[in-house]
Amino acid sequence: MVFLEFEKPLEVLYEQLEKLQQVGDEGEIDVTEMIKMLENKIKNKRKEIYSNLTGWQKVQLSRHPERPYTFYYIKQMCRKFVELHGDRYYADDKAIVGGIGSLDGQTVVILGQQKGVNTKMRQYRNFGMANPEGYRKALRLMKLAERFGFPVVTLIDTPGAYPGLEAEERGQAEAIARNLFEMAQLKVPIVSVVIGEGASGGAIGIGLGDRVFMLENTWYSVISPESCSSILWRSWDYKEQAAEALKLTADDMYEFGLIDGIIKEPMGGAHSNPEEMAKMLKRHIKKAISELQEMSEDERIDARIEKYSKMGEYSIISEEEIVNENDKK
Amino acid sequence: MGWFKRLKDGIQTATRNKKEAPEGLWYKCKRCKETSTMKEMKDNFLKCPKCNYHARIGSYDYFDIIFDGTYTELFSELRSKDPLNFTDLKPYTKRLDEAYKKNDVSDAITVAHGKVNRKALVIAAMDFKFIGGSMGSVVGQRIANAIDYCIETRTPLLIISKSGGARMMEAAYSLMQLPKTSAKLTLLAKHKIPYISLMTDPTTGGVTASFAMLGDINIAEPEALIGFAGPRVIKETIKKDLPDGFQTSEFLLEHGFLDFIVDRKDLKETLSDLLYFFDETRPANAS
Ligand SMILES: [Zn+2]
Repeated sequence: MVFLEFEKPLEVLYEQLEKLQQVGDEGEIDVTEMIKMLENKIKNKRKEIYSNLTGWQKVQLSRHPERPYTFYYIKQMCRKFVELHGDRYYADDKAIVGGIGSLDGQTVVILGQQKGVNTKMRQYRNFGMANPEGYRKALRLMKLAERFGFPVVTLIDTPGAYPGLEAEERGQAEAIARNLFEMAQLKVPIVSVVIGEGASGGAIGIGLGDRVFMLENTWYSVISPESCSSILWRSWDYKEQAAEALKLTADDMYEFGLIDGIIKEPMGGAHSNPEEMAKMLKRHIKKAISELQEMSEDERIDARIEKYSKMGEYSIISEEEIVNENDKK
Repeated sequence: MGWFKRLKDGIQTATRNKKEAPEGLWYKCKRCKETSTMKEMKDNFLKCPKCNYHARIGSYDYFDIIFDGTYTELFSELRSKDPLNFTDLKPYTKRLDEAYKKNDVSDAITVAHGKVNRKALVIAAMDFKFIGGSMGSVVGQRIANAIDYCIETRTPLLIISKSGGARMMEAAYSLMQLPKTSAKLTLLAKHKIPYISLMTDPTTGGVTASFAMLGDINIAEPEALIGFAGPRVIKETIKKDLPDGFQTSEFLLEHGFLDFIVDRKDLKETLSDLLYFFDETRPANAS
């Protein structure tokens, strides 16, 4: 088990539990009662820790090395799934994966950023940071879904679009912009879920949807807390403050009306019970898809565009105030 | 639609006239370091008279260069809010107050309706001096309103991008302006209203990854920095020096992301030509 910094009290209890189990195995003393008590203590401690997580702690959880990634969910949710490769222009991006699958009989196109599960695979997946060909592969798959009337499911988990030299040559910005333009008017339902990190343009590049959900312990913002700290505080040391200031948690995003719902995680985070997490995720996705299938194509697209058109907070000043301002200049 | 009623009722923001070049002031070129008078510079379309460097200019400067005489500013009643109560080394509200005091614009984008060689055009021009030309809710909303206005009046749209990227102090609200502006642009396309995107120095981050790259025609001023990630971030990522001319307008043209590069002195005539091609009121274009 990997324990995060704020989980240290749990680690201590688990060590005690292990020792106790060893004693039990030796068979001299009956430790059943003590183990029960300790397990109860662990349960309560976990509840205590997890009911008061800060923004930064949720960022850490969203990056937990044991957290399930896109492929895990796809394989849990779809009895049948075939991975499809390539953008048909340049390459097959390993950081965005996708294909065609079946959600209890309903054919869907499902795709998302994929992080690697070990050091070698993390490199191979480029840490979930896609190049333009990744976004173009995603769009190709979405257009395939559109042609055959299949709903689209996108799973978001990225520290950002890859800021590389070749990414710029091949038009990282254009690839993301094109996806937004096409997703806004895609004829089939789109359900997007932030399953880990939702960092900026790299996330939104596959994240425009009729229904957008976040798992409970994920984050979504325009910049990572680390980069925000380095730019606005001019130091890398203010990531915790930046995480709070950015209001990047699922609760914040839901309160702002920028996402459509939050999917609860098992106590202790998605990684503590991945199977249960996948079940809950599947339930939400299926429900959203069937709701969206009730609507006509045009209704869905109009509602989608209308939803995004409303996103923003600004004030409106009076005619008089404008005149006053102009007079001052 | 509030704004449309206001326009019909004749309640609208003041019509502006061209600014006169201030006399006796000097311009020192950022690139060649040579000095010219402000008048010489203004007569040269706000480019360096010595080396043709396209200086970073404001929203109203573009209106002066492009529009025939007067124009009408739109949606100036929208003001930034502080929805997150954001404070870093400075509260966001303080940054905004400073930006209002320092600038003639009321946010990082200004929208105006005017004529270009007697043909109607709506211009939404960004301004780098207002918090680095960053895109927050007001930038997104002014673009959204401009698009509605263009559809309602069947007027072509020009967006002049000049942005360091996201308005971090508006965090996710800032991010959601990418899907918002892109989604609104699909409506413009559906109504067959032409959209010209002009990228100027610098055009980076979320602005590039949304409306700036989505023009029916994508053009840029010479030698502008245009990209998704900033050069510093890329350099730190790949741990190598970047090649000369990387992420310039010329680089983007070479890689297929621009239709052409336009010198500021030719900007008005070029736009006028484009508007002529797209003009749906010309009998020869009637379908
Ligand atoms: Zn010069």
